[in-house]
Amino acid sequence: MKIIVAIKQVPLRDSQFRINASGQWIEESDLNFEINEPDAYALEEALQLREKHGGEVIALCAGPERAQQTIRDALAKGADRAIHIEAGNLHDLDTLGVAQLLAAAARPEQPDLILTGLQSDDLGSGQTGVVLAELLGIPHSTIIMHTEVRGDAIRVKRELEDGWFQHIEMPLPAVLTIQSGSNKLRYATLMGIKKSKTKEVKRLQPAELGAAAPLSAKIEKLYAPFKTKQTQLFDGDPKTAAARLVEKLKFEARVI
Amino acid sequence: MSILAILEQQNGQWHRMSWEALTAAQHLGAELGLPVDAAIVGRGVTSLAAEAASKNVAKVWAVEHDLLEIYTADGYTAALEELIRGTHPELVLFPHTYQVRDFAPKLATRFSQVLVSDVIAARNEGGLVLVRQFFQGKLNGDIRPSGAGPHFASLQAGAWRGDRLAVAGAATVETFTPKLEAANIRQKPETPFREAARAVDLTAAGIIVSVGRGIKEASNIPLAQELATALGGELAASRPICDAGWLPMERQVGSSGQTVAPKLYVAVGISGAIQHLVGMKGAKTIVAINKDPNAPIFEVADYGVVGDLFEVVPALVEELKKAHQ
Ligand SMILES: Cc1cc2nc3c(=O)[nH]c(=O)nc-3n(C[C@H](O)[C@H](O)[C@H](O)COP(=O)(O)OP(=O)(O)OC[C@H]3O[C@@H](n4cnc5c(N)ncnc54)[C@H](O)[C@@H]3O)c2cc1C
Repeated sequence: MKIIVAIKQVPLRDSQFRINASGQWIEESDLNFEINEPDAYALEEALQLREKHGGEVIALCAGPERAQQTIRDALAKGADRAIHIEAGNLHDLDTLGVAQLLAAAARPEQPDLILTGLQSDDLGSGQTGVVLAELLGIPHSTIIMHTEVRGDAIRVKRELEDGWFQHIEMPLPAVLTIQSGSNKLRYATLMGIKKSKTKEVKRLQPAELGAAAPLSAKIEKLYAPFKTKQTQLFDGDPKTAAARLVEKLKFEARVI
Repeated sequence: MSILAILEQQNGQWHRMSWEALTAAQHLGAELGLPVDAAIVGRGVTSLAAEAASKNVAKVWAVEHDLLEIYTADGYTAALEELIRGTHPELVLFPHTYQVRDFAPKLATRFSQVLVSDVIAARNEGGLVLVRQFFQGKLNGDIRPSGAGPHFASLQAGAWRGDRLAVAGAATVETFTPKLEAANIRQKPETPFREAARAVDLTAAGIIVSVGRGIKEASNIPLAQELATALGGELAASRPICDAGWLPMERQVGSSGQTVAPKLYVAVGISGAIQHLVGMKGAKTIVAINKDPNAPIFEVADYGVVGDLFEVVPALVEELKKAHQ
């Protein structure tokens, strides 16, 4: 089975963000980056499928030079090889533009399955996988908890709202977007890290992959959210803060 | 030119977010000077369509086909593509449900557009401006769709109020029968199911202490339990805590867990992602304990302690014990 896993590098979850000079994006210079969490689960699912069915796992990543680290991490965890689309400024593209790059890079590989996370921690659009499937003309399903290959089809467990689930079967090749928490993530072993250094990383330029669609939805301005509630904040010494909070809960909110 | 609101139903029951989407459509219709149409997809949906026709809309499309009885991404995309090509709406609005997440990006791609997803506000400022969250709710961004329509947007749960829906008139209901072929619907869905029944009913709890990833390790969970005990409340959690098996799934609060509205909800080390907030923002009083002053949970909190939970929680337990003496 040939599986492509589309992964993205995003700022660490705990990052503090500052808006950059353009007002349209964040200042990236003082941030640290990691693999988008749901993509880590997509990679894990791919590695488990390979362990069951044999074949190959290819990590596919569009991003600037720094994304090399995330690609190396995926190789160290067990991906066989990688494709890096060297796109300097991903946020100059919209979801369709990014999916077009991924589709152009994936097409010649003729994968049996493409996995990706259900959404990214930075943009949170939750669309790349679905759009990718449409561009490649193959079926998809989203928010997937579990997969089971059945010959030339795949049966998946999809999460629905309010604690409901559903099984869906579709022919391969297909694209699935994977939900976080569905598996236990593995760590890279020392051996894996050593091996990753010799694994192939194919570098592609966006220009080689064809023209991206013109932006149809542009970020005009980023800013801190407005508060909807008047929050009373207590900081400083934990003991004093705790005492004031208890007093408020007792005498103002009257909930304890 | 019109705004088309796509309403969601399942087995003849409305998805409650349908009315939120229609409220947003009415609001934007007034701002942009566009009539509002609604569409509902399924099999045997004419009576639901008739109900929608009383909600101050210009027209309701009942998109009917045997192959639309059960939702599939391929079926819904093909049906709505045909409707939109035939009716030329300027803007297509959806509730941001799991189902919409599954097919709307595909539909937008058919028109070389992107779906602006999970939108929290919208306004007319020399054209349409849509507001959505970035970085897990830490920043907001204004998005301006450019070029010719149709533009596509899905609306976050709770961002518009379904109970503000204007009710008036009796619009025409028109049945639209798309040309669908079974062979083109590749997903074969089975019957939805629930996992084990819930032994814990958090909805009955008056006080809930909910713990998130800030707790760091399973061995620290008793700390949150102590606070719950001191308050006489139930212990709950964000999703990653239940995914990791540190607490059972039945204690998860949020869009894929339980929706609670206690008189007091204490969020300990929870960032406040929208999927968590939808499950608890109806609480009467919300307290957040978080070391990050910019955590989105503070936007819905009445009281907040900015600090290390490993110091704040024990201090709080101490104070509560004192208060009870
Ligand atoms: C389709 C879908 C469905 C989902 N359903 C749900 C759901 O039902 N329920 C749900 O909860 N989530 C759900 N999620 C996940 C959701 O998006 C978030 O990822 C999740 O809620 C984050 O959990 P958290 O706040 O515990 O963790 P994080 O976002 O990692 O936040 C941890 C917080 O702890 C704080 N912290 C860290 N250390 C300390 C310390 N020492 N003292 C004080 N504070 C500290 C940090 O500042 C941070 O704000 C869903 C996601 C998707 C895509």
